[in-house]
Amino acid sequence: MALDEIYKEVILDHYKNPRNKREMPEAERSCSKNNPLCGDEITVYVHEDDGKVLDVSFVGQGCSISQSSASMMTESVAGKSRDEVEGLVGSFRGMMAGDVEPDEDAFGELVALKGVVKYPIRVKCAVLAWDVLQEALAGDGDAAGSAPH
Amino acid sequence: MSVTERRSADRLDVDRVRADFPIFERLIDDRPIVYLDSAATSQKPRQVIEAEADFYRLHNANAHRGIYHLAEEATDLFEQARVSLARFVGAPQPETIVFTRGTTEATNLVAYAWARRVLGTGDEILLSEMEHHSNIVPWQLAARDTGAILRYLPITDEGLLDLSGLDGLLTERTKLVSVTGMSNSLGTLPPVRELTAAAHAVGALVLVDGAQLVPHVPVDVSELDVDFLTISGHKMLGPTASGGLYGKLEHLEAMDPFLGGGHMIEEVFPDHSTWNAVPYKFEAGTMNLAQEVGLGAAIDYLETLGMTAVREHEEEITAYAIERLLDAGARVFGPSDTRVRGGAVSFWFKDVHPHDLATILNEEGVAIRAGHHCNQLVMRRFGVPATARASFYIYNTTAEVDALIEALRSAERVFAG
Repeated sequence: MALDEIYKEVILDHYKNPRNKREMPEAERSCSKNNPLCGDEITVYVHEDDGKVLDVSFVGQGCSISQSSASMMTESVAGKSRDEVEGLVGSFRGMMAGDVEPDEDAFGELVALKGVVKYPIRVKCAVLAWDVLQEALAGDGDAAGSAPH
Repeated sequence: MSVTERRSADRLDVDRVRADFPIFERLIDDRPIVYLDSAATSQKPRQVIEAEADFYRLHNANAHRGIYHLAEEATDLFEQARVSLARFVGAPQPETIVFTRGTTEATNLVAYAWARRVLGTGDEILLSEMEHHSNIVPWQLAARDTGAILRYLPITDEGLLDLSGLDGLLTERTKLVSVTGMSNSLGTLPPVRELTAAAHAVGALVLVDGAQLVPHVPVDVSELDVDFLTISGHKMLGPTASGGLYGKLEHLEAMDPFLGGGHMIEEVFPDHSTWNAVPYKFEAGTMNLAQEVGLGAAIDYLETLGMTAVREHEEEITAYAIERLLDAGARVFGPSDTRVRGGAVSFWFKDVHPHDLATILNEEGVAIRAGHHCNQLVMRRFGVPATARASFYIYNTTAEVDALIEALRSAERVFAG
């Protein structure tokens, strides 16, 4: 059944047991966004030092796709340089747009989200956390970030 | 607005109704379509599709302009649709119906052509927390321009309008009460007649958002005594961009135009113009002729079924759906008594987020809506980010409710463990 392609075990696991789902008062950068279409909302916190993303966490609420994507994202970007993070964000967007075949080694568990491409309206859910991360990194470093609507 | 007092002799024959809707002949992934999203837009019977196509095939010309045979036919068909819509909502004369592309435009028409002219600093508009965004945002914009203040009737835990504080909220400062005739998320039917009487007692006008009410419940604006009623054509079997505004003639005559342009004028001078008569004063530019003609066919269709039979059918299916949803362990929002509610049923199922639910149901061939339904105040009131919503119309069957419940079980399995 096609449902197996979207609701993979790894997605459900990250949804039920989200990693790094916590506020991070010491974060240098943070940003909040919501998806006005559905009410999903996510705040991403970034702790960085000397051009390196040391720790990323998130809080928020939403469907299994938006929340598991956020959870997997925090694990996949921690410890990477900003350039590497930007690169990964770009390839993740490419995978969700259906025009980049994911490099399974670089993507790890994130490959599980590939099945969402078949559900165009849900792609927004999958990329929400990545939008927020990118905005947090592009921002002026104000940890207050932009408030959710 | 209870209409359950008498049972109609002519029960709705759902099988015959379904046979009129070509879309239900379609299979998606080898399965028939279980369409439970009529609160978003209704499906269209062959009679409406043909009326719209026939307009283009046989009668197409601009209305109210050409002096030739086709133009006269186009004008007659368009004006006949106005007569039908007036009759359908109990309007005293066709001139009290202004065609608009739906309820949003109709509400904005009143917000521009009436509210901005009449309201001043400190005047109040009374809304309710169960309003669709299209009955909130136009008033926020008008309030910003005029200095008027918005007040809100709250919602009870059961999902009814809380009228306990009405005396404090409805005062001589209130110039307009604008409320839904039927909530699109809770299904609630507010007591429009009582609210209207109370509003008139303090000199306020009343606008009823009829987007969900008019397609599903017999409506008589003369009996309700409302000042304005907004009407959505595409939610009542008609084409998209059909619909209108009912307004009492005295208000429409006193109001400014909304959009300026062709046909809404009487005479144009370099520095000013004079206006055409009501309702043409509000119908600038070429209207959605084929669509309003299609709406006329939709009204004929609903009148043939009988709106009492329509309402009875929906009460039955809604009661059945609520019972089955509760049995399945869903939390249902809004009143459970079908005498005070319509067939838009919002629910939360176990721990499955509405979006996940809608995706899984889609795989089972069941189309529902998931989200905030343009009802963010309602979502906040009940502490949920979104709900799933099944909504019913004349073509829905109890077997489709069973399909919904079966699909919920499938969602439960996906998220189990």
